[in-house]
Amino acid sequence: MALRALAARKSLAGSGFQRILGARGLQTFSLPDLPYDYGALEPAISAEIMQLHHQKHHQAYITNYNKALEQLDAAIAKGDASAVVKLQSAIKFNGGGHVNHSIFWNNLSPVKEGGGEPPHSSLGWAIDQSFGSFDALITKMNAEGAGLQGSGWVWLALDKELKKVVVETTANQDPLVTKGASLVPLLGIDVWEHAYYLQYKNVRPDYLKNIWKVINWKYASQVYEKESA
Amino acid sequence: MVILAVLAAATTPPPFAAPNSLTSALGPPWKGLTGSLGSPSSLQWLKKQRQCKRKAGTSSICAKFELKPPPYPLDALEPHMSKETLEYHWGKHHRGYVDNLNKQIEGTELDELSLEDIILATHNNGDLLPPFNNAAQIWNHDFFWESMKPGGGGRPSGELLELINRDFGSFERFIDDIRLAAATQFGSGWAWLAYKANRLDVENAVNPNPTDEDKRLVVVKSPNAVNPLIWDYSPLLTIDVWEHAYYLDVQNRRADYITFFLEKLVSWEAVSSRLEIAKARAVEREEEEERRKREEEEKSSDGEVAEIYVDNKSDDSEAE
Ligand SMILES: [Fe+2]
Ligand SMILES: [Fe+2]
Repeated sequence: MALRALAARKSLAGSGFQRILGARGLQTFSLPDLPYDYGALEPAISAEIMQLHHQKHHQAYITNYNKALEQLDAAIAKGDASAVVKLQSAIKFNGGGHVNHSIFWNNLSPVKEGGGEPPHSSLGWAIDQSFGSFDALITKMNAEGAGLQGSGWVWLALDKELKKVVVETTANQDPLVTKGASLVPLLGIDVWEHAYYLQYKNVRPDYLKNIWKVINWKYASQVYEKESA
Repeated sequence: MVILAVLAAATTPPPFAAPNSLTSALGPPWKGLTGSLGSPSSLQWLKKQRQCKRKAGTSSICAKFELKPPPYPLDALEPHMSKETLEYHWGKHHRGYVDNLNKQIEGTELDELSLEDIILATHNNGDLLPPFNNAAQIWNHDFFWESMKPGGGGRPSGELLELINRDFGSFERFIDDIRLAAATQFGSGWAWLAYKANRLDVENAVNPNPTDEDKRLVVVKSPNAVNPLIWDYSPLLTIDVWEHAYYLDVQNRRADYITFFLEKLVSWEAVSSRLEIAKARAVEREEEEERRKREEEEKSSDGEVAEIYVDNKSDDSEAE
């Protein structure tokens, strides 16, 4: 545990995924630090939401992902095929939860550090090409996010095959890759109720309207430039 | 729904365990639209009943579904479920589903159907049509409010307890099962206790050989708005595990919410009443199925060669 906590202290500049050798040589994951304080996104997102979201929700996905991976390891060692198959849903859900939230934290930034500043780089141009304008993209993602039934994510993605940016949604904690192997996530917005309920209650559209004030377009642009090169 | 719509406007809510309110919450027969048992005549009857029901209100509201209040004041479940949670959950979420469904079905052919038939019609074999989520969420929330009562919890009794012991081994094992279902619904959804009668696990398949073992209690979970009506089960109890059901009270701690639901809020009286109705419904449908089979046999023996008639008569095992 101490080892994990120590190793968890690293910046998010890297992949955000921690790989630690466990007792059985199994790779496990640990909670990445946020690149800003819990209160740094106020008033768009409250400190209370950020703290619970990071320390409780994201941590729970990681804990349960590690648990499922340990069970998978044991099932494979035993050659228990049905146990392996049975673990897939827990691995997809909790592993997806870890992957998605790791991206999400990078997608946010305090206003004083450039949060909310629209992209001017090649990503800005690609958005205009695909959606007509930056505002049109926001309108589209707000509508898709508000219309998503239950829990899930709305994404801005680079489709490496089509060589254009697209909007997608995924249910629950399905990672973007489940919608297509050529999709690279640039920006993911969490529309689970836990992402906004304490502040916005049942009014998801208000959360979506306000989150644009703290979106980190620099990060999205970096990913876009790297992946489209 | 007539009764409910009228009572919804009154200050005293209907007692949750009254056979009337439960019957109307559970009936009419759910398979009316798409099921094998739904004959055109029963469809007509359903439609008529709905229109009639809607006339029970004043003329301006009779064409709409009503937001039905919980059968207790909004602060009655405190300290376990706060008044604030009920104000949002019932007053905003539930109301939103009602308002949206009314808008979606206005002027469409769905406008004449009962809530249950709208659910079945718009489920569309899993390829959901837009009104499905709103219609099913209205049904689910009505059912959820009536699954609780102030001072609830404890243990079930009578036949319900007997069936729980028979089908789960013990009450404690049942609690473990439903707790697990509620905790592992990955995302928004519902956990259910349901009565499964004469049906295979395959969706909408009629069990060719109904036995007593089919008439059993099952624990199931469902995503988002989906409910067991679409599998043709009779729901007996539900726990809402959308985050909005517990986030204001216990935030991320869904397990705590499940615990206080099961220990302090669940109304076993409501579950027992629903079990009675589910059993009666199963018997009724079995008889209807029998009648249908008999009629078919008579029809075919009328118009076809005698040897089939003889075969049918001689021995069941040779009938095929
Ligand atoms: Fe989240
Ligand atoms: Fe709900």
